[in-house]
Amino acid sequence: MKNSVRFIALLTLATAIHFASAADITGTITLKGTPPPEKDIQLTADCGVMHKSPVKTRFYSVNDKAQLADVVVILKGANLKGSAAAAKPATLDQHGCEYLPYVTAVQAGQKVLVKNSDPLMHNVHPIPVATGNKEVNKAQMPKSPDLEFVFETPEQFLKFKCDVHPWMFAYVTVVDHPYFAVTGKDGSYKIANVPPGKYTVEAYHRKAAPAGTPATKEVEVKEQSATADFVLEVK
Amino acid sequence: MARPIYSPWLNRFAVFTAFITLILIGVGGLVTSKGAGMAVPDWPTSYGYNMFALPFKFWRGGAFHEHTHRLVASMVGLLTAILALWLWARETERKVRRNGIVAITVILLIVGGMMGVRKNPVFISIALAGLCGIVFGLFKIKQTSGVRWFGIVALSAVVLQGVLGGLRVVLFKDEIGIFHATLAQLFLVLVSIIALLTSQWWQGFQTSIEIMPGRTLRRFAIATTALILIQLILGATMRHQHAGLAVPDFPFSYGKIWPSLDSASIQLINQQRLDANDPNPITAFHIVVHLFHRLTAFLILGLIVGLALNFRKKLGSRSIISRLSMFWLGMITAQVGMGILTVLKNKPADIATGHVMLGAASLVMGALIVMITRKISVEREIPVRHVETAISVRPCSESKKVC
Repeated sequence: MKNSVRFIALLTLATAIHFASAADITGTITLKGTPPPEKDIQLTADCGVMHKSPVKTRFYSVNDKAQLADVVVILKGANLKGSAAAAKPATLDQHGCEYLPYVTAVQAGQKVLVKNSDPLMHNVHPIPVATGNKEVNKAQMPKSPDLEFVFETPEQFLKFKCDVHPWMFAYVTVVDHPYFAVTGKDGSYKIANVPPGKYTVEAYHRKAAPAGTPATKEVEVKEQSATADFVLEVK
Repeated sequence: MARPIYSPWLNRFAVFTAFITLILIGVGGLVTSKGAGMAVPDWPTSYGYNMFALPFKFWRGGAFHEHTHRLVASMVGLLTAILALWLWARETERKVRRNGIVAITVILLIVGGMMGVRKNPVFISIALAGLCGIVFGLFKIKQTSGVRWFGIVALSAVVLQGVLGGLRVVLFKDEIGIFHATLAQLFLVLVSIIALLTSQWWQGFQTSIEIMPGRTLRRFAIATTALILIQLILGATMRHQHAGLAVPDFPFSYGKIWPSLDSASIQLINQQRLDANDPNPITAFHIVVHLFHRLTAFLILGLIVGLALNFRKKLGSRSIISRLSMFWLGMITAQVGMGILTVLKNKPADIATGHVMLGAASLVMGALIVMITRKISVEREIPVRHVETAISVRPCSESKKVC
């Protein structure tokens, strides 16, 4: 009993020291150049009634300050490890015949929950390309329980698709450690609790910086937070 | 001894089966054009229901197209089974007829029972059995020329085809989709040939009044038909990669005669590509297949122009082969036009589906022309050969000239 208490205390202390010495990497990603106009999506009648305005594609989600959303930012470096078991499941919602969010990232082994908020049926069809990640295809009725998916192999922009409504898709990037983030509508991101060390920050965007050519920056994390801003270009 | 095969209703039934098969190919084309091939995730059930009892609430979006494809396919399967039984009953007598019909029925019941097991190894076994049935039937056709064996080949092919379609869904294999699409075209040709062989026109066709098209022209017709089949395989390969249009402009390709295919260029193409359905990324392989499809199209067009003109010159404008080859030329010209429109209009589902159907019909036309030229040639050549043989074995004393 005494040993257990000591062990827990030691673990808590170690964690506290780890987080006390860890820092965040933050940054903003902006887009250089004018992105091509997004395309109107031709919805089926049952999906169309859920929208008051036309639904458009989401290739470049950029605000009036040219700040770019849906960019996956990943740290590269030695000793980046962490258990996925404690990670909160990521959620993909099918809402208005669209997947929300459009781009997300999870750690290998972390659960992805897919919910259906629509009053109609969808099929959830992740199409991985990395060996080890399994392709599955499941129908999901309205108000039915969330579907659970787990991917064990790192993969960039794993596509989730609905074949009933072929314009419906989302992308999930699978990373082999917990140090990653996805930019929000203001183009900002934050990777928290990074242990001290030198890292390469990689920024991936499906169109502006795809998997073959991520934008990269070198950063050194000490006791204070580090910053890595990126400018991605429209090709 | 084989009985005469002609029956007007049998022939009408075969024509109807071929027509529904063409419709099925169209619905299949629509499924891939709409990207709905996986909209119903299970097979042979649909959303867990018996396929024929799926509630209408499920018939939405891509599921409507995919489920319709399954139902029309089931209808073609049923029509083919009836056709095979009918052919067998028509062409055989008494004991052979009874045994044949009982054997076909028992095999169908066994296949139906095996489908109920719903395990992939069982489905694969059924597919292999279908393949064996095709090979055996083709062997018997070569041996006996009986039309009933065409029925057996068609029945085996439709079983194989149905299982391939289902395996494509449950095994997530695009490659199976390519075989499935190719076999669909061959199956249509087979049923169309049955329709031709069972027609009154075919059985009363007087080859003696037709001028022989010549061996070279016949070989060209065979080669052109084979090239159309290769062209359809290229088309099926493009469709089942789910990568959309690999080359979006015409007559050039990305503004060039031959586009750059290095990895940087391919990546740039994918970055600049904004399609509402966001198909799979394009690869250099997709572009090469697309460009070969274009080149083959013009090669086929050139070959058919040559064939049509030569048939007309050699056989006259009133010959059935000349008239059919002119019609074939019209079909291929329209097909090339639809292909160009498919590219220029960014692959709309209706035009792309029409392109698939007209391609299938063009293959059928080529096959029918080959069948007719073969009938004329074989029936006209055989007596000549017999005469030659007779002359060559005649004793020298009877005819010194020949000796």
